[in-house]
Amino acid sequence: MTLRMPPILIYALRRLLQAIPVVVLIMIGTFLLLKLAPGDTVDALVGDMGGADAAFIARLRAEYGLDQPIWVQLWRYMTKLATFDFGWSFVYEQPVSTVLMDRLGTTLLLMAASLSIAFTAGITLGAIAARRAYSVTDNLISILGLVFYATPSFFLSLMLMLVFSVKLGWLPVGGIKTIAAFYTGWDHVWDVARHLIMPTAALSLIYLAFYLRLMRASVMEVADLDYVRTARAKGAREGRLMIHHIMRNALLPVITLLGLQFSTVLGGSIVVETIFTLPGLGQLAYQSVVQRDMNTLMGIIFLCAIIVVVVNFLTDLLYARLDSRIELA
Amino acid sequence: MTLADAQIAPPEPPRHVMFWRRYKRNRAAVLGLVLFAVVVLMALSAGVIDPGDPLRRAGEPLTPPFVNWQTPLGTDQLGRDVMSGVFYGARISLLIGVVATLVAIVIGVVIGALAGYFGGWVDDLLMRITEAFQTIPNFVLLLALVAIMGSKIEWITLAIGIVSWTAPARMVRAEFMSLRGREFVDAARNLGVSNTSIIFREILPNALPPIVVYASVIMALSILMESALAFLALGDPNYASWGNMIGQGRAVLRSAPYCAVIPGIAIIFTVLSFSLLGEGLNDALNPRQKK
Repeated sequence: MTLRMPPILIYALRRLLQAIPVVVLIMIGTFLLLKLAPGDTVDALVGDMGGADAAFIARLRAEYGLDQPIWVQLWRYMTKLATFDFGWSFVYEQPVSTVLMDRLGTTLLLMAASLSIAFTAGITLGAIAARRAYSVTDNLISILGLVFYATPSFFLSLMLMLVFSVKLGWLPVGGIKTIAAFYTGWDHVWDVARHLIMPTAALSLIYLAFYLRLMRASVMEVADLDYVRTARAKGAREGRLMIHHIMRNALLPVITLLGLQFSTVLGGSIVVETIFTLPGLGQLAYQSVVQRDMNTLMGIIFLCAIIVVVVNFLTDLLYARLDSRIELA
Repeated sequence: MTLADAQIAPPEPPRHVMFWRRYKRNRAAVLGLVLFAVVVLMALSAGVIDPGDPLRRAGEPLTPPFVNWQTPLGTDQLGRDVMSGVFYGARISLLIGVVATLVAIVIGVVIGALAGYFGGWVDDLLMRITEAFQTIPNFVLLLALVAIMGSKIEWITLAIGIVSWTAPARMVRAEFMSLRGREFVDAARNLGVSNTSIIFREILPNALPPIVVYASVIMALSILMESALAFLALGDPNYASWGNMIGQGRAVLRSAPYCAVIPGIAIIFTVLSFSLLGEGLNDALNPRQKK
């Protein structure tokens, strides 16, 4: 049987199959972490009830399958994870998946905003720096990049707060919206955007520095290639040369980095969300560490891993689409 | 190079002289070295120049900087000396940075070397594990490890090492894959040298330069991670740490911003010094690489 499939689909399928062992390993990893953590579900339950006798505890353990051999427990845990059932959160008194889904939107919004700003500004500044290599402009941009790279996001957040909230009073210090205002429509959008300005800036600057440096190196490399000289000899204007000829190829390594770094950005959102009290996954991760809510924490790890796998999959597809040298089949 | 050139060329100066010549060509890298030396001096002289425990009351709470010479950089809301905190913080940051980097490099080298040298299923298995570690956001995993192991400084350092080894592992693997087919490896194998010796004595020294350069990046990232943990009050409370000082300075941001600004500047300069050092090392160790 020969099924004719477009090569891009076959490529996509193969990439998906490759992701499966990684996801399975992460499942095993979170299970091990849960087992390593002091106390189990029953301890949490009993603690919640304020104590119980030994026979009752043993019966609870049997009910939750905690008296089973470790392989059986692992298998049960993995089948539950596969259906996005992360267990019960004893802090929020809700299934972990419900708590996570409540928070996911805020985090994704923050991610999308930060990464698009970091990407756009990073490639623009990087391209400018590369075109004027070793000039004053280039040096200024490069120094700016180094400083952004060295500034921890929590310090940057505090400094932004100090300037724009405390001194100037322009922007709100935290939260995702003005609580008692009940804005609707565009007022609501504007309100949320105003709350997101500082967190987005704090999270994006360090990644902006990464993209800037990579883009600068990449543009300088591509600008030396023969086909660029041909285009210039043909009479292409500098602007057209940059946008149509150089940028397209120079962007490829930057897009790879975008996919690779997505997981780091998710990690960085923990600090930023906690400082600006944004109700997202990052803040939830911090709270669950403080409150020892291991089920929620493992749920976050697994969900983040899935998001990263999906994003990497999408960047791979994008990359394959952009770089025709990649053989799909 | 022709034969004539080779005869005219003066004898090459010793290796460390060449190294230093290449290094100092990069002016920013020299600045990085100076900054680094300042941080090291601060770490070494903590408690020698500046008196006193950074966690003990040294003067009136919230004395601004440059007012009282007992506490030149001021005191925080509990009357603790900010300058003393910065000095002791340098010690902790460097200590955690160095040890965590060593942990990460050792794990990375072992895993990368095994995967790159043996290939086949060993490579497949180890690379899937590496990918799994890369997929989980570093800082989330770090929080989970700290939640499980506790906030003692040894555990925090180990945990930072555990979340940072993937990049060096990939680099070592790539180097090993390109080196394992070379003649000197074949020669060693034909002489009956064991796999362990080939990996650690023959190939590893050749694979090290890019790893040394990357170590400066891991060092910078480790210091940033430690300070972020301490900022969130998840660090070891028994040691002064820049991140912790900034976290506490947050409470008095309105009235005494210097409590957070001074340690923040210390972090920026330290991380900056490592980035610049790394660039200089890269110029000095990989001179063939295109600029």
